Amino acid sequence: MRTADLIRFARGAATGNPLRSTLLVVAMAIGVAAVVILTALGDGARRYVIAEFSSLGSNLVIILPGRSQTGGFNPGNAVTSTPRDLTVDDAQALLRAPAIRNVTPLAVGTSEISSGGKLREVMIAGTTAEYTAVRKLDMAQGRFLAPGDWRRGASEAVIGARVREELFGNGPALGQLVRIGDRRFRIVGVLAASGQGLGMNTDEIVFVPVSLAQAMFNSNTLFRILIEASGRETIEAAKAQASAILKERHDGEEDVTVITQDAVLSTFDRLLGALTMAVAGIAAISLAVAGILVMNVMLVSVTQRTAEIGLLKALGADAATIRNSFLTEAAMLSLTGAVLGYLLGIAGAALIRQLYPTYPAFPPDWAVLAGLATALATGILFGVLPARRAARLDPVQALSKR
Amino acid sequence: MSATRAAPLIALAGIERIFQLGDSEVHALRRLDLAIGAGEYVAVMGPSGSGKSTLLNLLGLLDRPNAGTYRLEGRDVTTLSAEEQARVRSERIGFVFQSFHLVPRLTAAENIALPMTLAGIAPAERAARVAQALQDFGLANRADHRPDQLSGGQRQRVAIARATIMQPAMILADEPTGNLDRATGDEVVRLLEELNARGVTLIVVTHDAALGARARRQLAMEDGSLQRDSAGMACAPPT
Repeated sequence: MRTADLIRFARGAATGNPLRSTLLVVAMAIGVAAVVILTALGDGARRYVIAEFSSLGSNLVIILPGRSQTGGFNPGNAVTSTPRDLTVDDAQALLRAPAIRNVTPLAVGTSEISSGGKLREVMIAGTTAEYTAVRKLDMAQGRFLAPGDWRRGASEAVIGARVREELFGNGPALGQLVRIGDRRFRIVGVLAASGQGLGMNTDEIVFVPVSLAQAMFNSNTLFRILIEASGRETIEAAKAQASAILKERHDGEEDVTVITQDAVLSTFDRLLGALTMAVAGIAAISLAVAGILVMNVMLVSVTQRTAEIGLLKALGADAATIRNSFLTEAAMLSLTGAVLGYLLGIAGAALIRQLYPTYPAFPPDWAVLAGLATALATGILFGVLPARRAARLDPVQALSKR
Repeated sequence: MSATRAAPLIALAGIERIFQLGDSEVHALRRLDLAIGAGEYVAVMGPSGSGKSTLLNLLGLLDRPNAGTYRLEGRDVTTLSAEEQARVRSERIGFVFQSFHLVPRLTAAENIALPMTLAGIAPAERAARVAQALQDFGLANRADHRPDQLSGGQRQRVAIARATIMQPAMILADEPTGNLDRATGDEVVRLLEELNARGVTLIVVTHDAALGARARRQLAMEDGSLQRDSAGMACAPPT
């Protein structure tokens, strides 16, 4: 039998029983659509988190007080009790390292900010002029903290977009005086709205010079030291040099943790990649179910068309022709279902993106390919048994059945 | 065909066909010897269970005997593989069934073309031969009708057109008029006889004595054996 005839014959057989074929195609489509949508969700989560981290700035190396494993992100890093504090002097010393372009200290605390009778609890970040360079922040209005001696600082504050909105509404913010804690600051700049950034939404932060922040919180310690390496390839060098300098300053003790964005990113990447795989695996179960349905439908088809199979044999069809025609039918139905499911899944992912614009729900290519291939493979695999049964039918008995 | 004129088209020798029915063995055919020449018109008659359908299935290579040899055009076909037998069916044998056995989703033209489609003949040649067959069998204006849109007589004409489309050496007809009224049945029989007149060997299995009587040679079967052969050739002794 010619291939074109085989395909036409199988198509005729499939469309000859529309209800059965439709059910099968729908089952297969749901399976593939589930794979596409669920992996889109999983991979979307991965992209979302990575985008979040990437917004921290590139070539970023972060030093936090306390010792924990390097190279991986440890939730314990968030709350550490430190044997020896990080200080502004430590941060300044790091500028010696050749692989380091910029260093900025970060002291963090919460305080109240008030202006014109409005009061709000905000996160105060004490830092320096270099912060914008390290974190790649954009200004909406005015300027960031003035460069100069880290141990002194003018009473200037830079506020996030959200803070500006809440304190000043539509009125001008630049040049306004605000009270933070028991000190008065002049607003010199407003940050451009950026959204997220490692649990610290810069939209809701008030930046003040690090020296004033430490005075306010009555502490010499730093929350973090942020380092910008001179290039992507010098990140490892910057990390090693920073560790070495701080070890020397801390009497030979390695009591800080140096993490790179890459390490954090790759950990999250692996974690969420595994999650996506797991979700894809769950979705693949529905494909297996669809495969069993293919087998069931094809077995019923063989039973219903016993007389036809007998006839085909009498007309000179050999076992291979009969087997191929049933296999082709199973493959065509599976393929139709898979393509339909793919379109359905793409549409579903697009709908999710429409509903949640910040969530990048794009199905990964590998999942789409794997889903389509699995659908086709299960369809054909589960079609083999019915096709063989059809091919083995005894023509005499098949013909006498009516 | 390379078979010499002397060799019969069909030569059965010592054919046995035994069915296992529960614990008992049923001899559907007992030590059957039969020769049918090319171009003969043979009617196989006998009561139900006499083995005539089994004989037809064996002749059509749909079934294998438990013992004995079957030579078709001088070639032993009992030892052929299933694929080779399928090929012989495709090229040398045409079937006409009592219940027509048309594929319901295919049009008349597609049903007629089915043996050629299965044999892998090119579409252009198929179309030409189907057009000729539709013309010959008076189905030209029924080409695109499905079986359920055709009358019984038309359906059987489609089935006969399909049986002859590969230009077989013989046509095996199993009660070809069984599902038709007398007038339509006669028409179908005339059609088959016309084919026989053009040299195709015609073997008809029937209950119908009137139909059987029209054949030039009658074989009467009973209990798996040949009781009477009007040609006076090989005949089993009475049991």
